[in-house]
Amino acid sequence: MQTIPNTHTPEPVAHFHRSRFDAWSFLFTGVTGACTYLIIAILLLILGNIVLNGYSHFSWRFLTGGADRGMYDPETAGVLPMIVGTASRIILMTIFVIPVGVITALYMTEYAHSTSLGIRIIRGAVANLAGVPSIVFGLFGWGFFLNFIGTHMDQLLHPEAAKAVWGKPALIWASLTLAVMTLPVVIVATEEALKSIPHGLREASLALGATKLQTVLRIVLPQAMPGILTGGILAISRAAGEVAPILFTGAVSFYPDLPKALTDPFMDLGYHVFILSTQSPNIEQTRPLLYATVMALLLLTFLLNVMAILVRAQMRRKLRALQ
Amino acid sequence: MADDLVSSSVAPQTQEIIHINDLSLYYGAARALVDISLKIRENVVTAFIGPSGCGKSTLLRCLNRMNDLIDNVRIDGSCEIGGHNIYGSEVDVIELRKRVGMVFQKSNPFPKSIYENIAFALRLHGMTKKSDLDATVERSLRQAALWEEVKDRLHSSGLGLSGGQQQRLCIARAVAIQPEILLMDEPASALDPLATAKIEELVLDLKKDYTIVIVTHNMQQAARVSDYTAFFYLGKLVEFNTTRKVFTNPSHKQTEDYVTGRFG
Repeated sequence: MQTIPNTHTPEPVAHFHRSRFDAWSFLFTGVTGACTYLIIAILLLILGNIVLNGYSHFSWRFLTGGADRGMYDPETAGVLPMIVGTASRIILMTIFVIPVGVITALYMTEYAHSTSLGIRIIRGAVANLAGVPSIVFGLFGWGFFLNFIGTHMDQLLHPEAAKAVWGKPALIWASLTLAVMTLPVVIVATEEALKSIPHGLREASLALGATKLQTVLRIVLPQAMPGILTGGILAISRAAGEVAPILFTGAVSFYPDLPKALTDPFMDLGYHVFILSTQSPNIEQTRPLLYATVMALLLLTFLLNVMAILVRAQMRRKLRALQ
Repeated sequence: MADDLVSSSVAPQTQEIIHINDLSLYYGAARALVDISLKIRENVVTAFIGPSGCGKSTLLRCLNRMNDLIDNVRIDGSCEIGGHNIYGSEVDVIELRKRVGMVFQKSNPFPKSIYENIAFALRLHGMTKKSDLDATVERSLRQAALWEEVKDRLHSSGLGLSGGQQQRLCIARAVAIQPEILLMDEPASALDPLATAKIEELVLDLKKDYTIVIVTHNMQQAARVSDYTAFFYLGKLVEFNTTRKVFTNPSHKQTEDYVTGRFG
Protein backbone atom coordinates (compact mmCIF):
# COMPACT_ATOMS: atom_id res chain seq x y z
CA MET A 1 0.00 0.00 0.00
CA GLN A 2 1.51 3.29 -1.06
CA THR A 3 1.23 6.32 1.19
CA ILE A 4 0.53 9.53 -0.63
CA PRO A 5 3.43 11.83 0.02
CA ASN A 6 2.45 14.97 1.84
CA THR A 7 3.62 17.67 -0.54
CA HIS A 8 1.34 20.39 0.77
CA THR A 9 3.05 22.76 3.12
CA PRO A 10 0.55 25.01 4.87
CA GLU A 11 0.87 28.77 4.39
CA PRO A 12 1.96 30.77 7.41
CA VAL A 13 -1.21 31.86 9.23
CA ALA A 14 -0.41 35.45 10.21
CA HIS A 15 -0.66 36.94 6.75
CA PHE A 16 -2.96 39.90 7.41
CA HIS A 17 -1.38 42.79 5.55
CA ARG A 18 -3.14 44.01 2.47
CA SER A 19 -1.63 42.63 -0.61
CA ARG A 20 -4.01 44.23 -3.01
CA PHE A 21 -4.38 47.99 -3.55
CA ASP A 22 -8.08 48.89 -3.88
CA ALA A 23 -8.10 51.76 -6.34
CA TRP A 24 -11.82 52.47 -6.14
CA SER A 25 -11.83 52.79 -2.35
CA PHE A 26 -8.88 55.11 -2.49
CA LEU A 27 -10.53 57.24 -5.16
CA PHE A 28 -13.80 57.45 -3.27
CA THR A 29 -12.07 58.42 -0.03
CA GLY A 30 -10.11 61.02 -1.95
CA VAL A 31 -13.15 62.55 -3.61
CA THR A 32 -15.21 62.75 -0.42
CA GLY A 33 -12.25 64.23 1.42
CA ALA A 34 -11.69 66.75 -1.33
CA CYS A 35 -15.33 67.85 -1.19
CA THR A 36 -15.13 68.34 2.55
CA TYR A 37 -12.03 70.45 2.26
CA LEU A 38 -13.64 72.35 -0.60
CA ILE A 39 -16.38 73.49 1.76
CA ILE A 40 -13.83 74.69 4.26
CA ALA A 41 -11.87 76.41 1.51
CA ILE A 42 -14.93 78.26 0.24
CA LEU A 43 -15.81 79.37 3.76
CA LEU A 44 -12.27 80.58 4.38
CA LEU A 45 -12.27 82.34 1.03
CA ILE A 46 -15.45 84.26 1.83
CA LEU A 47 -14.41 85.11 5.35
CA GLY A 48 -10.91 85.95 4.29
CA ASN A 49 -12.10 88.29 1.57
CA ILE A 50 -14.37 90.09 3.99
CA VAL A 51 -11.88 90.37 6.83
CA LEU A 52 -8.97 91.43 4.64
CA ASN A 53 -11.00 94.20 3.08
CA GLY A 54 -12.78 95.35 6.17
CA TYR A 55 -10.51 95.00 9.19
CA SER A 56 -8.80 98.30 8.61
CA HIS A 57 -11.99 100.15 9.42
CA PHE A 58 -13.36 97.71 11.96
CA SER A 59 -12.69 99.63 15.12
CA TRP A 60 -14.32 100.26 18.45
CA ARG A 61 -15.33 103.71 17.24
CA PHE A 62 -16.94 102.07 14.24
CA LEU A 63 -18.94 99.69 16.38
CA THR A 64 -20.13 102.23 18.89
CA GLY A 65 -20.47 105.33 16.76
CA GLY A 66 -23.72 106.72 15.53
CA ALA A 67 -24.84 107.05 11.97
CA ASP A 68 -25.65 110.73 12.15
CA ARG A 69 -22.31 111.98 10.98
CA GLY A 70 -21.14 111.00 7.54
CA MET A 71 -22.47 107.50 7.00
CA TYR A 72 -20.51 107.13 3.82
CA ASP A 73 -17.20 108.38 5.18
CA PRO A 74 -15.02 105.66 6.63
CA GLU A 75 -13.49 108.09 9.06
CA THR A 76 -16.73 109.04 10.79
CA ALA A 77 -19.17 106.22 10.11
CA GLY A 78 -20.56 104.23 13.01
CA VAL A 79 -22.89 101.23 13.06
CA LEU A 80 -24.26 101.15 16.58
CA PRO A 81 -27.84 101.95 15.52
CA MET A 82 -27.67 99.16 12.94
CA ILE A 83 -26.31 96.68 15.48
CA VAL A 84 -29.07 97.55 17.93
CA GLY A 85 -31.67 97.37 15.17
CA THR A 86 -30.54 93.99 13.88
CA ALA A 87 -30.18 92.51 17.36
CA SER A 88 -33.60 93.83 18.41
CA ARG A 89 -35.43 92.42 15.43
CA ILE A 90 -33.76 89.03 15.86
CA ILE A 91 -34.57 88.83 19.56
CA LEU A 92 -38.17 89.94 19.04
CA MET A 93 -38.55 87.44 16.22
CA THR A 94 -37.36 84.66 18.54
CA ILE A 95 -39.88 85.68 21.19
CA PHE A 96 -42.68 85.38 18.62
CA VAL A 97 -41.58 82.34 16.65
CA ILE A 98 -40.56 79.86 19.35
CA PRO A 99 -43.87 79.70 21.28
CA VAL A 100 -45.98 79.53 18.12
CA GLY A 101 -43.68 77.01 16.44
CA VAL A 102 -43.46 74.77 19.50
CA ILE A 103 -47.20 74.79 20.10
CA THR A 104 -47.87 73.97 16.45
CA ALA A 105 -45.39 71.10 16.54
CA LEU A 106 -46.90 69.85 19.81
CA TYR A 107 -50.34 69.82 18.25
CA MET A 108 -49.10 68.01 15.15
CA THR A 109 -47.19 65.37 17.10
CA GLU A 110 -49.10 64.85 20.33
CA TYR A 111 -52.69 65.76 19.74
CA ALA A 112 -53.72 65.31 16.15
CA HIS A 113 -54.45 61.94 14.57
CA SER A 114 -51.51 61.35 12.30
CA THR A 115 -53.57 60.51 9.24
CA SER A 116 -56.35 63.07 9.48
CA LEU A 117 -56.95 65.49 6.66
CA GLY A 118 -56.28 68.46 8.92
CA ILE A 119 -52.80 67.25 9.73
CA ARG A 120 -51.95 66.66 6.09
CA ILE A 121 -53.09 70.16 5.24
CA ILE A 122 -50.94 71.63 8.02
CA ARG A 123 -47.89 69.66 6.95
CA GLY A 124 -48.40 70.79 3.37
CA ALA A 125 -48.74 74.37 4.50
CA VAL A 126 -45.53 74.20 6.56
CA ALA A 127 -43.60 72.71 3.66
CA ASN A 128 -44.88 75.34 1.26
CA LEU A 129 -44.17 78.14 3.70
CA ALA A 130 -40.57 77.02 3.81
CA GLY A 131 -40.24 77.50 0.07
CA VAL A 132 -41.66 80.99 -0.24
CA PRO A 133 -39.09 83.59 -1.41
CA SER A 134 -38.12 86.14 1.22
CA ILE A 135 -39.31 89.12 -0.80
CA VAL A 136 -42.80 87.65 -0.84
CA PHE A 137 -42.69 87.64 2.96
CA GLY A 138 -41.63 91.27 2.78
CA LEU A 139 -44.64 92.17 0.66
CA PHE A 140 -46.93 90.10 2.86
CA GLY A 141 -45.64 91.81 5.98
CA TRP A 142 -46.09 95.22 4.41
CA GLY A 143 -49.59 94.47 3.15
CA PHE A 144 -50.95 92.56 6.13
CA PHE A 145 -49.12 93.74 9.24
CA LEU A 146 -48.31 97.29 8.30
CA ASN A 147 -51.14 98.36 6.05
CA PHE A 148 -53.98 96.26 7.38
CA ILE A 149 -53.35 95.68 11.06
CA GLY A 150 -51.22 98.80 11.56
CA THR A 151 -53.63 101.28 10.03
CA HIS A 152 -56.61 99.72 11.80
CA MET A 153 -54.77 99.94 15.09
CA ASP A 154 -54.13 103.59 14.38
CA GLN A 155 -57.81 104.17 13.66
CA LEU A 156 -58.65 102.49 16.96
CA LEU A 157 -55.96 103.82 19.24
CA HIS A 158 -54.81 107.10 17.70
CA PRO A 159 -57.73 108.46 15.66
CA GLU A 160 -56.60 112.05 15.99
CA ALA A 161 -52.89 111.61 15.40
CA ALA A 162 -51.46 113.36 12.38
CA LYS A 163 -48.73 110.84 11.73
CA ALA A 164 -49.13 107.06 11.66
CA VAL A 165 -48.01 105.32 14.83
CA TRP A 166 -48.58 101.67 14.01
CA GLY A 167 -49.25 101.97 10.29
CA LYS A 168 -45.64 102.62 9.33
CA PRO A 169 -42.37 100.67 9.20
CA ALA A 170 -41.79 99.44 12.73
CA LEU A 171 -39.71 97.00 14.73
CA ILE A 172 -42.73 94.90 15.58
CA TRP A 173 -43.88 94.39 12.01
CA ALA A 174 -40.41 93.44 10.79
CA SER A 175 -40.01 90.97 13.67
CA LEU A 176 -43.43 89.42 13.04
CA THR A 177 -42.66 89.07 9.34
CA LEU A 178 -39.39 87.33 10.16
CA ALA A 179 -41.21 85.10 12.65
CA VAL A 180 -43.65 83.99 9.97
CA MET A 181 -40.73 83.29 7.66
CA THR A 182 -38.77 81.15 10.13
CA LEU A 183 -41.81 79.30 11.50
CA PRO A 184 -41.26 76.15 9.38
CA VAL A 185 -37.72 75.81 10.67
CA VAL A 186 -38.81 75.85 14.31
CA ILE A 187 -41.77 73.56 13.66
CA VAL A 188 -39.68 70.93 11.91
CA ALA A 189 -36.89 71.01 14.51
CA THR A 190 -39.39 70.72 17.36
CA GLU A 191 -41.23 67.88 15.64
CA GLU A 192 -37.99 65.95 15.21
CA ALA A 193 -37.17 66.44 18.88
CA LEU A 194 -40.65 65.30 19.98
CA LYS A 195 -40.58 62.24 17.75
CA SER A 196 -37.26 61.14 19.18
CA ILE A 197 -38.73 60.83 22.66
CA PRO A 198 -39.59 57.17 23.24
CA HIS A 199 -43.31 56.47 23.44
CA GLY A 200 -42.82 54.44 26.62
CA LEU A 201 -42.26 57.61 28.62
CA ARG A 202 -45.63 59.01 27.62
CA GLU A 203 -47.32 55.69 28.38
CA ALA A 204 -45.69 55.52 31.80
CA SER A 205 -46.90 59.00 32.62
CA LEU A 206 -50.46 58.39 31.43
CA ALA A 207 -50.63 55.06 33.27
CA LEU A 208 -49.91 56.96 36.49
CA GLY A 209 -53.00 59.06 36.01
CA ALA A 210 -51.48 62.11 34.38
CA THR A 211 -53.52 64.01 31.84
CA LYS A 212 -52.16 64.46 28.35
CA LEU A 213 -51.35 68.09 29.08
CA GLN A 214 -49.43 67.18 32.22
CA THR A 215 -47.51 64.53 30.31
CA VAL A 216 -46.64 67.02 27.58
CA LEU A 217 -45.61 69.81 29.95
CA ARG A 218 -43.76 67.80 32.58
CA ILE A 219 -42.23 64.89 30.68
CA VAL A 220 -42.18 65.48 26.93
CA LEU A 221 -41.38 69.16 26.59
CA PRO A 222 -38.39 69.21 28.98
CA GLN A 223 -36.87 66.30 27.05
CA ALA A 224 -37.39 68.13 23.77
CA MET A 225 -35.79 71.41 24.83
CA PRO A 226 -32.38 70.88 23.17
CA GLY A 227 -34.14 70.15 19.86
CA ILE A 228 -36.34 73.20 20.24
CA LEU A 229 -33.30 75.36 20.88
CA THR A 230 -31.70 73.93 17.75
CA GLY A 231 -34.74 75.19 15.88
CA GLY A 232 -34.23 78.58 17.49
CA ILE A 233 -30.58 78.64 16.47
CA LEU A 234 -31.49 77.81 12.89
CA ALA A 235 -34.15 80.51 12.90
CA ILE A 236 -31.67 83.09 14.19
CA SER A 237 -29.12 82.17 11.58
CA ARG A 238 -31.66 82.39 8.79
CA ALA A 239 -33.17 85.66 9.93
CA ALA A 240 -29.95 87.51 10.71
CA GLY A 241 -28.93 87.96 7.13
CA GLU A 242 -32.33 88.45 5.56
CA VAL A 243 -33.02 91.91 4.12
CA ALA A 244 -36.04 91.40 1.87
CA PRO A 245 -38.55 90.69 4.67
CA ILE A 246 -37.60 93.83 6.56
CA LEU A 247 -37.31 96.10 3.53
CA PHE A 248 -40.83 97.49 3.65
CA THR A 249 -41.79 96.44 7.12
CA GLY A 250 -39.31 98.11 9.41
CA ALA A 251 -35.85 98.91 8.07
CA VAL A 252 -35.08 102.46 7.00
CA SER A 253 -32.01 104.00 5.46
CA PHE A 254 -31.64 106.54 8.20
CA TYR A 255 -33.13 107.05 11.63
CA PRO A 256 -31.67 109.60 14.04
CA ASP A 257 -32.25 107.58 17.21
CA LEU A 258 -31.77 104.07 18.50
CA PRO A 259 -35.03 102.12 18.18
CA LYS A 260 -36.65 102.24 21.60
CA ALA A 261 -40.29 101.36 21.07
CA LEU A 262 -42.00 98.61 19.13
CA THR A 263 -43.35 101.25 16.78
CA ASP A 264 -39.94 102.68 15.93
CA PRO A 265 -38.32 101.97 12.61
CA PHE A 266 -34.69 100.87 12.74
CA MET A 267 -31.50 100.72 10.79
CA ASP A 268 -30.19 97.31 9.91
CA LEU A 269 -26.72 95.95 9.16
CA GLY A 270 -27.71 93.96 6.11
CA TYR A 271 -29.86 96.71 4.69
CA HIS A 272 -27.08 99.21 5.37
CA VAL A 273 -24.70 97.32 3.12
CA PHE A 274 -27.25 97.73 0.35
CA ILE A 275 -27.67 101.45 1.10
CA LEU A 276 -23.91 102.01 1.17
CA SER A 277 -23.42 100.36 -2.17
CA THR A 278 -26.26 102.11 -3.98
CA GLN A 279 -26.46 105.54 -2.41
CA SER A 280 -22.89 106.41 -1.60
CA PRO A 281 -21.56 109.58 -3.31
CA ASN A 282 -18.10 108.04 -3.53
CA ILE A 283 -18.17 104.26 -3.87
CA GLU A 284 -14.38 103.82 -3.81
CA GLN A 285 -14.16 105.62 -0.50
CA THR A 286 -17.11 103.75 0.93
CA ARG A 287 -16.10 100.24 -0.14
CA PRO A 288 -14.11 99.37 3.00
CA LEU A 289 -17.18 100.35 5.00
CA LEU A 290 -19.21 97.69 3.21
CA TYR A 291 -16.82 94.99 4.32
CA ALA A 292 -16.60 96.33 7.84
CA THR A 293 -20.40 96.41 8.10
CA VAL A 294 -20.60 92.84 6.89
CA MET A 295 -17.98 91.87 9.47
CA ALA A 296 -20.15 93.47 12.14
CA LEU A 297 -23.15 91.47 10.90
CA LEU A 298 -21.20 88.20 10.91
CA LEU A 299 -19.89 88.92 14.37
CA LEU A 300 -23.37 89.69 15.69
CA THR A 301 -24.84 86.52 14.17
CA PHE A 302 -21.93 84.52 15.56
CA LEU A 303 -22.42 85.95 19.06
CA LEU A 304 -26.19 85.32 19.06
CA ASN A 305 -25.61 81.75 17.87
CA VAL A 306 -22.92 81.17 20.49
CA MET A 307 -25.24 82.33 23.26
CA ALA A 308 -28.02 80.05 22.05
CA ILE A 309 -25.59 77.13 21.66
CA LEU A 310 -24.30 77.66 25.19
CA VAL A 311 -27.84 77.59 26.57
CA ARG A 312 -28.55 74.42 24.62
CA ALA A 313 -25.30 72.79 25.79
CA GLN A 314 -26.24 73.58 29.36
CA MET A 315 -29.63 71.91 28.87
CA ARG A 316 -28.05 68.89 27.23
CA ARG A 317 -25.63 68.60 30.12
CA LYS A 318 -28.49 68.62 32.59
CA LEU A 319 -30.41 66.02 30.61
CA ARG A 320 -27.32 63.87 30.16
CA ALA A 321 -26.65 63.94 33.90
CA LEU A 322 -29.97 62.20 34.29
CA GLN A 323 -28.96 59.51 31.86
CA MET B 1 -43.63 19.00 35.17
CA ALA B 2 -46.10 21.60 36.23
CA ASP B 3 -47.01 19.73 39.41
CA ASP B 4 -43.91 20.57 41.34
CA LEU B 5 -44.05 24.25 40.33
CA VAL B 6 -47.63 24.95 41.33
CA SER B 7 -48.05 25.66 44.99
CA SER B 8 -50.09 23.20 46.88
CA SER B 9 -52.02 25.81 48.81
CA VAL B 10 -55.58 26.43 47.74
CA ALA B 11 -56.27 29.53 45.68
CA PRO B 12 -58.05 32.10 47.87
CA GLN B 13 -61.68 32.67 47.05
CA THR B 14 -61.86 36.39 47.67
CA GLN B 15 -64.42 38.75 46.26
CA GLU B 16 -64.55 39.18 42.51
CA ILE B 17 -63.82 42.83 41.83
CA ILE B 18 -63.20 42.89 38.10
CA HIS B 19 -66.07 41.69 35.93
CA ILE B 20 -65.29 41.49 32.23
CA ASN B 21 -68.51 40.87 30.29
CA ASP B 22 -68.48 39.84 26.62
CA LEU B 23 -65.64 42.19 25.89
CA SER B 24 -64.63 42.44 22.24
CA LEU B 25 -61.97 44.72 20.83
CA TYR B 26 -61.47 45.72 17.22
CA TYR B 27 -58.38 47.34 15.70
CA GLY B 28 -60.21 48.87 12.75
CA ALA B 29 -61.80 45.85 11.11
CA ALA B 30 -59.61 43.23 12.76
CA ARG B 31 -61.06 41.63 15.88
CA ALA B 32 -58.42 41.15 18.54
CA LEU B 33 -60.62 40.04 21.45
CA VAL B 34 -63.67 37.82 21.05
CA ASP B 35 -66.40 38.02 23.69
CA ILE B 36 -64.18 37.71 26.74
CA SER B 37 -66.00 37.03 29.97
CA LEU B 38 -63.89 36.78 33.07
CA LYS B 39 -64.10 37.56 36.78
CA ILE B 40 -60.93 38.49 38.62
CA ARG B 41 -60.68 38.17 42.39
CA GLU B 42 -59.30 40.61 44.88
CA ASN B 43 -55.84 40.24 46.44
CA VAL B 44 -54.80 37.30 44.32
CA VAL B 45 -52.44 37.01 41.40
CA THR B 46 -54.19 36.22 38.12
CA ALA B 47 -52.00 35.23 35.18
CA PHE B 48 -52.91 35.71 31.53
CA ILE B 49 -51.04 33.16 29.42
CA GLY B 50 -51.13 32.18 25.78
CA PRO B 51 -49.02 32.25 22.62
CA SER B 52 -47.89 35.53 21.02
CA GLY B 53 -50.73 37.50 19.51
CA CYS B 54 -53.47 35.81 21.52
CA GLY B 55 -54.72 39.07 22.97
CA LYS B 56 -53.53 38.80 26.57
CA SER B 57 -51.69 42.14 26.57
CA THR B 58 -54.58 43.76 24.70
CA LEU B 59 -57.01 42.58 27.36
CA LEU B 60 -54.71 43.77 30.12
CA ARG B 61 -54.54 47.21 28.59
CA CYS B 62 -58.33 47.32 28.46
CA LEU B 63 -58.44 47.24 32.23
CA ASN B 64 -56.90 50.69 32.59
CA ARG B 65 -58.08 51.97 29.24
CA MET B 66 -54.59 52.32 27.81
CA ASN B 67 -56.04 51.10 24.51
CA ASP B 68 -57.76 54.49 24.28
CA LEU B 69 -54.39 55.84 23.17
CA ILE B 70 -54.47 53.82 19.96
CA ASP B 71 -56.38 55.15 16.98
CA ASN B 72 -59.19 53.12 15.46
CA VAL B 73 -59.87 50.96 18.49
CA ARG B 74 -63.46 49.95 19.19
CA ILE B 75 -64.70 48.16 22.28
CA ASP B 76 -67.92 46.19 22.63
CA GLY B 77 -69.14 44.77 25.90
CA SER B 78 -68.26 46.06 29.31
CA CYS B 79 -65.69 45.84 32.01
CA GLU B 80 -66.75 46.56 35.58
CA ILE B 81 -64.32 47.36 38.33
CA GLY B 82 -65.76 47.73 41.80
CA GLY B 83 -69.25 47.74 40.32
CA HIS B 84 -68.75 50.56 37.79
CA ASN B 85 -68.40 50.04 34.07
CA ILE B 86 -65.07 51.65 33.25
CA TYR B 87 -66.19 52.23 29.69
CA GLY B 88 -69.22 54.19 30.81
CA SER B 89 -69.61 57.76 29.65
CA GLU B 90 -69.27 59.33 33.10
CA VAL B 91 -66.00 57.62 33.95
CA ASP B 92 -62.97 59.80 34.62
CA VAL B 93 -60.08 58.00 32.97
CA ILE B 94 -57.52 59.81 35.11
CA GLU B 95 -59.20 58.56 38.27
CA LEU B 96 -59.36 55.05 36.82
CA ARG B 97 -55.65 55.02 36.11
CA LYS B 98 -54.91 56.18 39.64
CA ARG B 99 -56.70 53.13 40.93
CA VAL B 100 -55.48 50.68 38.31
CA GLY B 101 -51.73 50.93 37.94
CA MET B 102 -49.53 49.42 35.25
CA VAL B 103 -45.99 48.13 34.89
CA PHE B 104 -44.76 47.72 31.34
CA GLN B 105 -42.68 45.07 29.62
CA LYS B 106 -39.83 47.37 28.86
CA SER B 107 -38.98 49.36 31.97
CA ASN B 108 -39.57 53.04 31.30
CA PRO B 109 -38.34 55.16 34.19
CA PHE B 110 -38.45 58.88 33.58
CA PRO B 111 -35.12 60.61 32.87
CA LYS B 112 -35.25 62.08 36.36
CA SER B 113 -33.75 61.13 39.69
CA ILE B 114 -34.99 58.05 41.52
CA TYR B 115 -36.75 60.29 44.01
CA GLU B 116 -38.41 62.38 41.31
CA ASN B 117 -39.54 59.29 39.39
CA ILE B 118 -41.74 58.40 42.32
CA ALA B 119 -42.57 61.92 43.41
CA PHE B 120 -43.81 62.81 39.90
CA ALA B 121 -47.16 61.06 40.27
CA LEU B 122 -47.48 62.05 43.92
CA ARG B 123 -47.11 65.71 43.06
CA LEU B 124 -49.52 65.29 40.18
CA HIS B 125 -52.18 64.08 42.56
CA GLY B 126 -51.68 66.85 45.07
CA MET B 127 -49.02 65.79 47.56
CA THR B 128 -46.79 68.78 48.23
CA LYS B 129 -45.29 68.51 51.70
CA LYS B 130 -41.70 67.32 51.60
CA SER B 131 -42.14 65.11 54.64
CA ASP B 132 -45.09 63.34 53.03
CA LEU B 133 -43.19 62.91 49.80
CA ASP B 134 -40.09 61.59 51.55
CA ALA B 135 -42.12 59.10 53.55
CA THR B 136 -44.09 57.88 50.53
CA VAL B 137 -40.97 57.53 48.39
CA GLU B 138 -39.36 55.41 51.08
CA ARG B 139 -42.47 53.29 51.56
CA SER B 140 -42.78 52.66 47.82
CA LEU B 141 -39.12 51.76 47.43
CA ARG B 142 -39.37 49.37 50.37
CA GLN B 143 -42.46 47.77 48.88
CA ALA B 144 -40.54 47.27 45.67
CA ALA B 145 -37.58 45.77 47.55
CA LEU B 146 -35.35 48.53 46.19
CA TRP B 147 -34.87 50.79 49.22
CA GLU B 148 -31.73 49.20 50.61
CA GLU B 149 -30.01 49.39 47.24
CA VAL B 150 -30.77 53.01 46.45
CA LYS B 151 -31.36 54.78 49.75
CA ASP B 152 -27.99 56.55 49.52
CA ARG B 153 -28.48 57.79 45.98
CA LEU B 154 -32.08 58.87 45.76
CA HIS B 155 -31.13 61.93 43.74
CA SER B 156 -29.06 60.14 41.15
CA SER B 157 -30.62 59.34 37.80
CA GLY B 158 -33.15 56.55 37.55
CA LEU B 159 -31.60 55.54 34.27
CA GLY B 160 -28.33 54.71 35.97
CA LEU B 161 -29.83 51.60 37.55
CA SER B 162 -29.54 48.09 36.17
CA GLY B 163 -32.41 46.62 34.16
CA GLY B 164 -33.84 44.73 37.10
CA GLN B 165 -33.53 47.73 39.40
CA GLN B 166 -35.20 49.96 36.81
CA GLN B 167 -38.14 47.62 36.63
CA ARG B 168 -38.42 47.59 40.42
CA LEU B 169 -38.31 51.39 40.28
CA CYS B 170 -41.22 51.29 37.85
CA ILE B 171 -43.07 49.01 40.28
CA ALA B 172 -42.29 51.41 43.15
CA ARG B 173 -43.56 54.27 41.01
CA ALA B 174 -46.79 52.41 40.30
CA VAL B 175 -47.49 51.44 43.92
CA ALA B 176 -46.62 54.90 45.24
CA ILE B 177 -50.08 56.21 44.42
CA GLN B 178 -51.62 53.16 46.10
CA PRO B 179 -53.76 51.72 43.34
CA GLU B 180 -56.15 48.89 44.13
CA ILE B 181 -55.17 46.84 41.11
CA LEU B 182 -51.72 46.39 39.60
CA LEU B 183 -51.44 45.32 35.98
CA MET B 184 -48.11 43.83 34.94
CA ASP B 185 -47.39 43.28 31.27
CA GLU B 186 -44.58 40.70 31.06
CA PRO B 187 -42.59 42.63 33.68
CA ALA B 188 -39.64 40.25 33.76
CA SER B 189 -39.36 39.28 30.10
CA ALA B 190 -36.40 41.58 29.49
CA LEU B 191 -34.52 40.56 32.64
CA ASP B 192 -31.95 37.93 33.55
CA PRO B 193 -33.00 34.96 35.76
CA LEU B 194 -31.76 36.51 39.00
CA ALA B 195 -33.62 39.78 38.41
CA THR B 196 -36.66 37.78 37.28
CA ALA B 197 -36.66 35.83 40.52
CA LYS B 198 -36.60 39.08 42.49
CA ILE B 199 -39.59 40.39 40.55
CA GLU B 200 -41.52 37.17 41.13
CA GLU B 201 -40.76 37.36 44.84
CA LEU B 202 -42.03 40.90 44.78
CA VAL B 203 -45.28 39.92 43.10
CA LEU B 204 -45.97 37.31 45.74
CA ASP B 205 -45.30 39.91 48.40
CA LEU B 206 -47.40 42.64 46.78
CA LYS B 207 -50.54 40.56 46.49
CA LYS B 208 -51.20 41.11 50.18
CA ASP B 209 -52.06 44.74 49.39
CA TYR B 210 -52.97 44.73 45.71
CA THR B 211 -54.90 42.73 43.19
CA ILE B 212 -52.39 41.69 40.58
CA VAL B 213 -52.98 40.69 36.97
CA ILE B 214 -49.84 39.57 35.25
CA VAL B 215 -49.34 38.76 31.59
CA THR B 216 -46.55 36.33 30.94
CA HIS B 217 -45.35 34.19 28.10
CA ASN B 218 -43.34 32.14 30.59
CA MET B 219 -45.57 29.33 31.78
CA GLN B 220 -43.27 28.32 34.59
CA GLN B 221 -43.50 31.86 35.88
CA ALA B 222 -47.29 31.73 35.73
CA ALA B 223 -47.24 28.46 37.62
CA ARG B 224 -44.88 29.81 40.28
CA VAL B 225 -46.49 33.12 40.87
CA SER B 226 -50.23 33.06 40.22
CA ASP B 227 -53.29 31.78 42.03
CA TYR B 228 -55.55 31.83 38.99
CA THR B 229 -54.65 31.44 35.36
CA ALA B 230 -56.49 32.42 32.20
CA PHE B 231 -55.39 30.81 28.94
CA PHE B 232 -56.06 32.75 25.74
CA TYR B 233 -55.80 31.69 22.14
CA LEU B 234 -56.44 33.83 19.05
CA GLY B 235 -58.40 36.41 21.00
CA LYS B 236 -60.64 33.94 22.82
CA LEU B 237 -60.57 32.92 26.44
CA VAL B 238 -60.07 29.17 26.32
CA GLU B 239 -59.85 28.32 29.97
CA PHE B 240 -59.90 30.14 33.30
CA ASN B 241 -59.41 28.37 36.58
CA THR B 242 -57.12 28.04 39.56
CA THR B 243 -53.52 27.74 38.49
CA ARG B 244 -53.31 24.32 40.01
CA LYS B 245 -56.14 23.02 37.87
CA VAL B 246 -55.00 24.71 34.64
CA PHE B 247 -51.51 23.27 34.92
CA THR B 248 -52.18 19.83 36.33
CA ASN B 249 -55.61 18.96 34.98
CA PRO B 250 -56.78 21.35 32.28
CA SER B 251 -60.26 20.91 30.84
CA HIS B 252 -59.38 21.76 27.25
CA LYS B 253 -56.94 19.96 25.04
CA GLN B 254 -55.62 23.26 23.71
CA THR B 255 -54.71 24.32 27.21
CA GLU B 256 -53.01 21.03 27.87
CA ASP B 257 -51.03 21.30 24.65
CA TYR B 258 -49.89 24.80 25.53
CA VAL B 259 -48.89 24.23 29.14
CA THR B 260 -47.02 21.08 28.30
CA GLY B 261 -45.13 22.93 25.64
CA ARG B 262 -46.50 21.08 22.68
CA PHE B 263 -47.15 24.37 20.90
CA GLY B 264 -46.72 28.08 21.42
